[in-house]
Amino acid sequence: MSGASIVGVDVGGTFTDLFCFDADSLSFRIAKVPSNRGDEAVGFLDGLRQFGAIADLGAIVHGTTVGTNALLERKGAKVGLITTTGFRDVLEMRRRDRPHTWGLWGDFIPVVDRDMRLEVPERTLADGSIRTVVDLDAVRDAARTLLANGAQALAIVFINAYANSANERAALAAVAELWPTPHFACSSQILPEIREFERTSTTALNAYLQPVVGDYIGKLDDGLRDDGFTGRFHIVQSNGGVMSTGMARRLPVRTALSGPAAGVIAAAAIAREAGFPDVITGDLGGTSFDVSLVVGGATALAAQTVIDFGLVVRTPMIEIATIGAGGGSIASVDAGQLLQVGPESAGSRPGPACYGQGNPRPTLTDANVVLGRINAERPIGGKLARLDVEAARQAIATHVAAPLGIEVMAAAEAIVRVANARMAGAIRLVSIERGHDPTRFAAVPFGGGGALHAGALLREVGLKAALVPRYPGVTSALGCVIADIRHDQVQTVNLNLDGLDAAALDARMVDEARTALEIVQSAGLQVDRIDVIFELDMHYVGQTHTVSVHLPVTLGDGGTGVTEAIVRAAFEAAYQTSFSRLLPGVPARIVTLRTAAIGRRPRFDLALLAPQAGCTVAAAARGHRPVWFDGAWHETAIYARLELPVGAEIAGPAILEQPDATTVVEPGLSARVDRLGNIIIERQA
Amino acid sequence: MPPKIDPVTLAILKGRLEQIADEMDATLYRSAFNPIIAEARDACHGLYDATTGATLVQGANGLPIFVGAMAFAVKAVIEKVAVDGGLAEGDTFLFNDPYEGGTHLNDFRLVRPIFRNGALFCWIASVGHWLDIGGNVPGGYNPKATESFQEGVRIPPVKLIAAGKMNQDILDILAANSRVPTSNWGDLNGQLNALDLGERRFKALLDEYGDATVAAAFVAFSDRAEALMRAALRALPDGVYRFEDVLDNDGITDDLLTIALDLTIEGDSATLDFSRSSAAAQGPINISYSTAIAACYVALKHVFTGVPANAGCLRPIRFVVTDGSLLGARAPRPVAGYTETILRLIGVIFGALAAADPARATAAPFGTINALSLSGYRNDGSRWVMFSFFGGGLGGNPETDGLSHANNPISTATIPPIEILEAAYPVLFTQWALRPNSAGTGQHRGGLGAVYEIETLTDARMSLLGERGKVAPFGVAGGQAAALNRFTWTEQGQTHSPPMVSKITDVALSAGGRLRLETPGGGGWGDAAARDPVASARDQRLGYVA
Repeated sequence: MSGASIVGVDVGGTFTDLFCFDADSLSFRIAKVPSNRGDEAVGFLDGLRQFGAIADLGAIVHGTTVGTNALLERKGAKVGLITTTGFRDVLEMRRRDRPHTWGLWGDFIPVVDRDMRLEVPERTLADGSIRTVVDLDAVRDAARTLLANGAQALAIVFINAYANSANERAALAAVAELWPTPHFACSSQILPEIREFERTSTTALNAYLQPVVGDYIGKLDDGLRDDGFTGRFHIVQSNGGVMSTGMARRLPVRTALSGPAAGVIAAAAIAREAGFPDVITGDLGGTSFDVSLVVGGATALAAQTVIDFGLVVRTPMIEIATIGAGGGSIASVDAGQLLQVGPESAGSRPGPACYGQGNPRPTLTDANVVLGRINAERPIGGKLARLDVEAARQAIATHVAAPLGIEVMAAAEAIVRVANARMAGAIRLVSIERGHDPTRFAAVPFGGGGALHAGALLREVGLKAALVPRYPGVTSALGCVIADIRHDQVQTVNLNLDGLDAAALDARMVDEARTALEIVQSAGLQVDRIDVIFELDMHYVGQTHTVSVHLPVTLGDGGTGVTEAIVRAAFEAAYQTSFSRLLPGVPARIVTLRTAAIGRRPRFDLALLAPQAGCTVAAAARGHRPVWFDGAWHETAIYARLELPVGAEIAGPAILEQPDATTVVEPGLSARVDRLGNIIIERQA
Repeated sequence: MPPKIDPVTLAILKGRLEQIADEMDATLYRSAFNPIIAEARDACHGLYDATTGATLVQGANGLPIFVGAMAFAVKAVIEKVAVDGGLAEGDTFLFNDPYEGGTHLNDFRLVRPIFRNGALFCWIASVGHWLDIGGNVPGGYNPKATESFQEGVRIPPVKLIAAGKMNQDILDILAANSRVPTSNWGDLNGQLNALDLGERRFKALLDEYGDATVAAAFVAFSDRAEALMRAALRALPDGVYRFEDVLDNDGITDDLLTIALDLTIEGDSATLDFSRSSAAAQGPINISYSTAIAACYVALKHVFTGVPANAGCLRPIRFVVTDGSLLGARAPRPVAGYTETILRLIGVIFGALAAADPARATAAPFGTINALSLSGYRNDGSRWVMFSFFGGGLGGNPETDGLSHANNPISTATIPPIEILEAAYPVLFTQWALRPNSAGTGQHRGGLGAVYEIETLTDARMSLLGERGKVAPFGVAGGQAAALNRFTWTEQGQTHSPPMVSKITDVALSAGGRLRLETPGGGGWGDAAARDPVASARDQRLGYVA
């Protein structure tokens, strides 16, 4: 590999996947090594060495779940919080919600304990005026007390700081003189947006992650330096763009969905190149099925996500809907005689019954094994030598077939059908429920398990096709390599549209854009161009929800050229699209300005991944085995998927096997290999 | 008798049908104009039986109290049709009558028949809380009302849309009777959008699976809910369990009112007898029979969470409510404050069930919505009205301490951020905090209530409809009661409290005056002596207990 090589590294729970692309020789390599849970840096560096000397690599882009895991497992740093007198409990009071609609049990423990949240005299009003100037002696005392009580990171959050950050900035400067680490920030640096709980939560979680993610990146930096690496090292953000490691240390909360976002980016790019701009990506893992909508080649961004009850992260993220249905999801029959699959999961340890690691209850994977859809002799991933079909059958017989009074094979098929229905529900949620016609969309399964169910989803939801990427298991690593560089800025402005001071708005837009541009430019990765995108959150005065309004302007030499008329037209178009009816006569308001700078990376030619010339269908054939479809065994052709040539057409039923995924082509469907090596599954003509 | 349905199709149809109801909810939340629907999610959608109105399918997010009440709303329309005749495809009924399957006047129901091949197949319905429907007080929460007429305009079931044609006359009448006709009009259209969407999705599902199969699934869902409820009741020891609790007053006369339950568990069925409860009140805290049953349903769903939300789960249960009493009010008894009464009723069911099985018991939640209305005029002469409900603590339970600063069991509403409130109204919050010592102690203590302190920046007038000012939320299984609700206001150094403890109407406050609301926590579960010493030490260290 030459210095022009770029490596994408996706560290998952079980495996670390790597994709290495050499821009000089236009060649690629992939690698898979075991992840080292708890010390992910070891697997990361081991993986890189699969491509030779790390010193020879040009750039590394990393999708990480270190931040996600620290949040989910509550293993972040000890955080101190300094806030306005009267408001130290904002974090713990949330938005006065509860975990479940039905059932009143359960409690909430915030990431910052109450005795680590201290108040100081200061008050800023909603219009930005300062009612009480911050008492800096009180700030210093509070910071010292928190340090003495073991704080490793500090968050400063003042009420209404989105409107005027002066008090927060003054407090930050005072803290900077005495805080021993770089792990401190104020809320107006992290999220200058109205809504104190969401801003407090995001700022506190950022502080919670700073030492964890900082240490992790530090360890990777050290390891890379020891191996003589001198290139650029970047991190994928939840918004699907990449950022520098410096930015990741400062804003680790933006890595909360780093790994999954990279997968969606790659799946969208692959599908777009294959002629499917409208797709629904589906990542079937051990415990969950994550779906994301891609329209016109573009991923959808959500403004915030809830990591767990009360843990809100408000920063743009690729919108991913998750349901508790994965390979490890347990099938059971409840007291009302209804078959359920998930959300309870056997996970990867002990895992499905067929793993023989002590779980006696049947899972979705067990059903796939019993039905012959998964090859028990060659489990994907290569961790186990073989799967125990008999254990899977026994688990299904005992826990599903007997209570329902049906045969074992019927029970196994029922488990797969119920799981398919749940996945189909998740797809409907992001498509039909958002007003999109599913017949226009293709499903793009990635990860290890999705391709087992892609055909069924095609039929269940009425999708146009399913597209299985050539290397489903390394989709996220590939996404790291092709992701754009991106930086998002947000600023609440609270401006009335009528009589808008367009010059003032323009000045703020220019300011925000320049900041974002500078960050993207300094990332140091090659880009074709940098786009600046402006969006406004707007509503009619009196409404609480806002609509996202894309402004058809960009940053030019003389500013953005924004006018009241441009904003009004854009708002009305966006409102009409969402709600079909405008409210003439009711004044409109601009709540928040969102600015993104996106450094477009050079196009990656996915044809590189295509099968070599000289492949034939005959050579790819691996004989037959019986597979259960629609109530009966079918003698089913088996193929080595990676050996199939471009243009190959395979009629279902068929099973296409490769080391990291199994694609099931059900009866009535057919599969073909496109010019990029993707499998396209469609209904038989 | 519909054909028997296979378990796999049943499981699939369950998910598909619930998704339709969820999607109707989501459509209304997004397009509603008023924040009580958009943010507080005061709405609900579902499918209902053609002949009985019983709930067939319910979404996951519907406002809990509406989930229980909707069957009565549809039944009211069925009874109307039985008298009037002339039901046609494309009809949609509208009403808000609290005594005919409603809750209070702000809750508008839309009920539409679903026809298949010329015959009625089932009903689809929507309910949402409209902002203002006339009456003496903006928003309808008039603590001094003694008749329904002072709370707003009452609409019996009427055909808003007849065979696809909108009756403009009804819209005109509605518009003329509200302070915010545009808001109501927006919400009505949101509800119609939801019905249209639900009808479209449901008919597509019928086309896909066949009417007979879906009808069979409806029967199976109800049978399943009944079986699960019977299993839950069978697990309780037979016996009669009595529990009672009180309301502070009705806002007119400062006397306690009693809600008493005699719960009989007998094998796999139960009787909930409320006969010992108070007579109807003069003030607005009465509830109609349908609201009482809906509240029972909410309580049972919170305890038996695995039992699905359809009519089958009520089959094993008999209800006894005295006609014309506090819990079975007739027109024109005022009902705007119905939330306080149903919260107490739900607590009473928790209390009686706790006696039956302490290991499954939940102590009393804070038990009041504290509906606060603040209004005045800005310096530019424009009028402002801030209307909010506040949180408190949930009860301790066998698994955990109660949740601090939660919403009420009848709702899933979130509270607006204070930054939004301060940006919208001339108010300044001086405190927004957990309230130490507000939870009942116990092996698992209650969740904490909250302290809200607000300074008004202009002269203002305020009204409050609250409760729990005299008798605090109770503990169970040896747990202790929480703190009382407390409301005070301070002007020129003088602190006042309401003559009616937890209710005041239209009190003046000068600019710079402060009001302070301290809400109850939840009751405790189990003997405090058995509390883990580590948890007790933590309570002290974090100042939950001072």
